[in-house]
Amino acid sequence: MTVATHAEHHDGPPSSFFKRWFLSTNHKDIGSLYLLWALLMFFVGGTMAMIIRAELFQPGLQVVDPHFFNQMTTMHALVMIFGAVMPAFTGLANWMIPLQVGAPDMALPRLNNFSFWLLPAGSLILLSTMFMPGGAPASGWTMYPPLVLQTGMAFPFMVFAVHILGISSILGAINIIATVLNMRAPGMTLMKMPLFVWTWLITAFLLIATLPVLSGAVTMLLTDQFFGTTFFYAGGGGDPVMYQHIFWFFGHPEVYILILPAFGIVSTIIPTFSRKPLFGYSSMVYATASIAFLSFIVWAHHMFTVGMPLSGELFFMYATMLISVPTGVKVFNWVATMWKGSLTFETPMLFALAFVVLFTIGGFSGLMLAIAPADFQYHDTYFVVAHFHYVLVTGAVFSIMAAVYYWLPKWTGHMYNERLAKLHFWLSVISVNVLFFPQHFLGLAGMPRRIPDYSLQFAEWNMISSIGGFVYGASQLLFLAGVIICIRGGKKAPSKAWDGAKGLEWEVPSPAPFHTFDTPPLVK
Amino acid sequence: MSKQTSSSTKRLIAKLGLVAVGMFGFGYLLVPLYDVFCQVTGLGGYVNKGPVEAREMVVDEDRLVTVEFVANVANYAGWDFKPTVARMRVHPGELYTTTYYAKNLANEAVVGRANYNVAPGQAARYFVKPSCFCFTEQPFAAGEGREMPVTFYVDPDLPKHINTVSLSYTFFDISG
Repeated sequence: MTVATHAEHHDGPPSSFFKRWFLSTNHKDIGSLYLLWALLMFFVGGTMAMIIRAELFQPGLQVVDPHFFNQMTTMHALVMIFGAVMPAFTGLANWMIPLQVGAPDMALPRLNNFSFWLLPAGSLILLSTMFMPGGAPASGWTMYPPLVLQTGMAFPFMVFAVHILGISSILGAINIIATVLNMRAPGMTLMKMPLFVWTWLITAFLLIATLPVLSGAVTMLLTDQFFGTTFFYAGGGGDPVMYQHIFWFFGHPEVYILILPAFGIVSTIIPTFSRKPLFGYSSMVYATASIAFLSFIVWAHHMFTVGMPLSGELFFMYATMLISVPTGVKVFNWVATMWKGSLTFETPMLFALAFVVLFTIGGFSGLMLAIAPADFQYHDTYFVVAHFHYVLVTGAVFSIMAAVYYWLPKWTGHMYNERLAKLHFWLSVISVNVLFFPQHFLGLAGMPRRIPDYSLQFAEWNMISSIGGFVYGASQLLFLAGVIICIRGGKKAPSKAWDGAKGLEWEVPSPAPFHTFDTPPLVK
Repeated sequence: MSKQTSSSTKRLIAKLGLVAVGMFGFGYLLVPLYDVFCQVTGLGGYVNKGPVEAREMVVDEDRLVTVEFVANVANYAGWDFKPTVARMRVHPGELYTTTYYAKNLANEAVVGRANYNVAPGQAARYFVKPSCFCFTEQPFAAGEGREMPVTFYVDPDLPKHINTVSLSYTFFDISG
């Protein structure tokens, strides 16, 4: 790589709004676009969640009709996964990976622009299905045939939206791998990379290995519906259960795509506010790689009840339980990092600590679900809903919020309002537990998921859960306010915003200039 | 960075792109792999998809296994479809013949085809059908009804703990 000498590279951002934001090839601007789009989709998907909780506030049908309820559960998941969490992590990667490895930009800046703009395109196609005859997809985000084939006009649009969002993520992942492997500053060996970079590198490999499989699966659905193939139609020699195998071959690595970058974020924040280096750096790297590998051989634990032979149930049960070993390594390393550290509790640290505790609760309920004979009781109940919301909301989403508070000073040049942020944290962490913890009880008592009505004995916990949901939803407006206030002004942030922070990103001024590391820094 | 992407980056991108395309193909490869895996292991109640030679074997007069017959019609198609007997007590190793009755309720000629499955999955490879109406397409005139034979035996090697085997047929309208 040669050092840029073109004068244009030393200019600031283009003065025209259109040129700066629509034609951008700058990793920081594209990172901001990803993050803002993810924030928008977070509120769109959140609104759907509010509708779900409003309907479940009381037994009986009062707010929406059942078909629309099913559309909401389906779209809430698709929007949150493909529109909010994955783009938010990609946005963080765009902003931080070049800064953390000392690169001037992503390896392929124009491809980066293309990856981003596929995202609003795909998201809008997906959202537009709500206004089509027959409504949005209502078969659950897993899109199981034959039910999904009963989707109306929305069906092909859903498939194309999945294709487009998949291509966007695959291109983004290729770009990240190329940046990490080829553009690190001299002296930055792989084992000196910050953990956020490491976890993203491994996530990117998961993305290019599994999203094409999802694209294949939905393409098979498409040809089954319109072109007479019978991949999943028993009458033509196909098998609907095979869809579940193919889907979860993608789907299980996907849940690690949604959580590995979170591990990287937490591994960055906890050492900063403990004022100690991360305990067990190399074991963190190996644990991440082990989790990624194991994620490919556990998929059928999502479908223990389809009628697998005993040997299959046992294999997938033990393989799944094995994942708790590397995950346990991580949790113990985080705790050991804090041991005898000089801890302070700024908002990023609070979110990171809440992540460690609450993600671990989600991990434990996952371990319960992994027990194949017990899973027959838990399968498709609210226990599963509680489990994956603990790992995805208090896991992935909390880590994203931690990351946003942690790096906002670097992005905007201003400190965020600590009081407002703390209020956001405490309201969120209390309400999210009021929201999801009772769902464990509902599930163990037998309340099925994806049903708009329920038996009377579930009424109390559902009402409590809904109240928690509304408070959690409303608290996120404080997050929005905090981010907007921080973008518009605030206390000037020094280049090293946190006194315990380590890493190249804190060696450039705050806000980070439009171009950084035109000359690669030397890492010792 | 320079305007030109370095050649090592280009090679890396090409390789990663190939991985992505390859994994798309792998998704499709899972389809035949799944079939082969199920046929080799008999998992999921897959049985041999064609006629099998009946072989000479010793009839186990001391053992009785219950065979249950199940009939389903796919997609609410216009068929009356049922086994003529719901269950039989059979000796492993002995050849039996039973029939299913199907009637076309529609006012036009249709072609049906039955798919089948054996439960529990472990019994699948011990349940052998030398001849079956399910091996061929079954044309029906409007309103026609008839009995269709299936010949089967239970292999004496059937694991001892299995006392009941269910044979389930699903009838599909394939004239579409």
